[in-house]
Amino acid sequence: MTPAVRNAIALAIVGAALAAMGFGQSWSLALAVANLCLISALMSLAVNIQWGYAGLFNIGIMGFAALGGLAGVLVSRPPVPAAWAAGGGGLFIALLILIAAGGFALALVRYMPRSRTRTAALAVVALAGLFGARAFFDPAVDAIEAVEPAKTGYLGGLGLPIILSWFVGGLFAAAAAFVIGRIALGLRSDYFAIATLGISEIVIAVLKNEDWLTRGVKNVTGLDRPVPYEVDLQQDPFFVDMVAELHSRSLEALTGEAHGEALREFAVQSSSLFVKLCYAGLFLAVLAVVFWLSERALHSPWGRMMRAIRDNETAAGAMGKDVTRRHRQVFILGSAVVGIAGAMLTTLDGQFTPAGYQPLRFTFLIWVMVVVGGSGNNLGAVLGGFLVWFVWIEAEPAGLWLMQALTAGLPADSALREHLLDSAAHVRPLVMGLILLLVMRFRPHGLIPARSGPAGG
Amino acid sequence: MLPDLANAAILLGNYVIVPGLAYAAQLALGALGITLVFGILRFANLAHGDLMAFGAMATILATWQLQAWGVGLGPLPTALLALPFGMAAAIAAALAADRLVFRFYRRKRSAPIVLVMASLGVMFMLNGAVRFIIGPDDRQFTDGARFLVKAREFKQATGLAEGLSIKTTQCLTVVVAVVVVILLFRFLQRTRTGKSMRAYSDNEDLALLSGINPERVVLIAWAIAAALAAIAGALYGLDKSFKPFTYFQLLLPMFAAAILGGIGQPLGAIVGAVIVAFSEVTVTYAWKKFLFYLLPEAWRPDGLAQLLSTDYKFAVSFVILVLVLLLRPSGIFRGRVL
Repeated sequence: MTPAVRNAIALAIVGAALAAMGFGQSWSLALAVANLCLISALMSLAVNIQWGYAGLFNIGIMGFAALGGLAGVLVSRPPVPAAWAAGGGGLFIALLILIAAGGFALALVRYMPRSRTRTAALAVVALAGLFGARAFFDPAVDAIEAVEPAKTGYLGGLGLPIILSWFVGGLFAAAAAFVIGRIALGLRSDYFAIATLGISEIVIAVLKNEDWLTRGVKNVTGLDRPVPYEVDLQQDPFFVDMVAELHSRSLEALTGEAHGEALREFAVQSSSLFVKLCYAGLFLAVLAVVFWLSERALHSPWGRMMRAIRDNETAAGAMGKDVTRRHRQVFILGSAVVGIAGAMLTTLDGQFTPAGYQPLRFTFLIWVMVVVGGSGNNLGAVLGGFLVWFVWIEAEPAGLWLMQALTAGLPADSALREHLLDSAAHVRPLVMGLILLLVMRFRPHGLIPARSGPAGG
Repeated sequence: MLPDLANAAILLGNYVIVPGLAYAAQLALGALGITLVFGILRFANLAHGDLMAFGAMATILATWQLQAWGVGLGPLPTALLALPFGMAAAIAAALAADRLVFRFYRRKRSAPIVLVMASLGVMFMLNGAVRFIIGPDDRQFTDGARFLVKAREFKQATGLAEGLSIKTTQCLTVVVAVVVVILLFRFLQRTRTGKSMRAYSDNEDLALLSGINPERVVLIAWAIAAALAAIAGALYGLDKSFKPFTYFQLLLPMFAAAILGGIGQPLGAIVGAVIVAFSEVTVTYAWKKFLFYLLPEAWRPDGLAQLLSTDYKFAVSFVILVLVLLLRPSGIFRGRVL
């Protein structure tokens, strides 16, 4: 089988699966799954850039996605002037104190000879900075969180269109990646992995607990949309006319009351479909642009250099390539794309729920997508994203069905039967782990091997 | 003045030293397993947290069965009797994972990162198995006497304002951990198998040349790591409560402890665990009351005098990890620099 045929088959399978869902269950559901597939594909593509191009094992994807989500809140929510008035000044002073302490510490490191006194002085500066900043920070935070805690209790955002948050989310994630890259790149690959795991847990802890910034576990709901609302569409005469045109054949037979009723019904259905299609269009556009850019990069001299570094760091280093710097570059690029995808996900959900970020769903599932797709292969990563998300969605009903089939022979009030049916949802991680292990073992280059040289393995 | 000092000391003991010791013992058992696998199989086993959850789950199931039969240990928790069952289950899981997953990559001499990825798959499956069998909810399985020293009785006996309370599980955790560690060290230092394991960890090629059977070493390393994981998991579950998700979050402090102590150094893992556990507890403890007893009135702080809120305890392990990796990557005990 040539790669082109295999790609075509894989695409056809994904399309057929979604179409089967559309005909069998509902188009609205199929589109909802497709939208999440698109976002998953983007994340998978991003991780593939890091792993496939540079061999970086990042298991902190969740943190970068959550930073993207944070951007969604900070860009789109209207600012809360009362909260700014109550605590903005205090926060600013705390920030100044921290910056001053940091500057002072840097100056100490630079201008004072290394000695016990310097270490002691650094400790004093760090503690003084921390306590000084907290003296202003804590009351400011209390004041901000006291401003209508049920509705706001945070600083709010900038009140800009949410689509801007996709860029901002990318920037946030890139900035975080820059800092982590400074610290952890250049270490051995498993240490780097553990460091990224730690960072992502810390990011989530911050988002959950800093209520003044994110409302924490109280969540931010009702985010703006980049696409029209269903209710508005249903009122819009142009849209209703279009729906009437589309369904003219089934509407023809009806008159009067029944006609209006049916038309309203169609309008409701179509508006929901239309909104999802709009999202799908936006996501597809982003995915296409990122995909095109990564393909161009992979086949450019830069991409060849990256693969050379991945395959033999020592040799590439001996040829004068700055391995750590290149790694950092790729790490920042890939993380930025994860941030964009995270912001897109928050936009689609219309809410930001810090407690919803679970490593299983946001980090390790993405890794299954990359492995299934074949590392170093962009198209593979995208298809892996689609396939694995689809399996992830379908594993639960399939597990339930399997359990029902297995327990059909047991009496209805059997405790075992009840337990098995309750546990069906937890079949998901089992299936994912199995897929990951089987693909790694029997198709180490993924379902769609890259053409130009194997990766990893 | 003197009662103030005593009160401050008791306060410290009650909120920092006792919980810190119990936590350190749990971390140490986990970190020992990680460092063993790291030293002998040469990869970071991400499935270790979920292996702990698996062992703890098996222990809980056996405990419930024993409780149903009416078997107990009086004041001690029944889980102690069920522990061997949990250890056996964890060992079986680890050996099965090695047989079905890791051995293949070991024979192929794959890069360590491939083994790390494979451990991700094992982690998924163990996590799924635990959630499938026992469910994702909180499980309580403690029984027997709840407290060894009760705060109220302590206050009455000593006449101090502060009480000291020691939970049976906390004491048990430390005792079991000490016994297990002594046994492990005797095994590693005195027996032929233990010596061959240390030799293999230090220099694989030399060990192979001197006729050590690598498969046997690997097998025993997995068995010990899994048994330790089951004990650590069950003790952690007894002390706090059993929740499948919490074990994944122990990975970071355990890795921090293992790397801080020096990879492949059992003693280092213990020292690392003590440092990590006490850093976490002291940084997240609110020192207000403690300072209240020690400082003159004018100096007493208004706030809680808490450096970090408890929600940020990951940050402590992370900072320790980063500092070690930057300043002394070989760890305190000059372990392997991987």
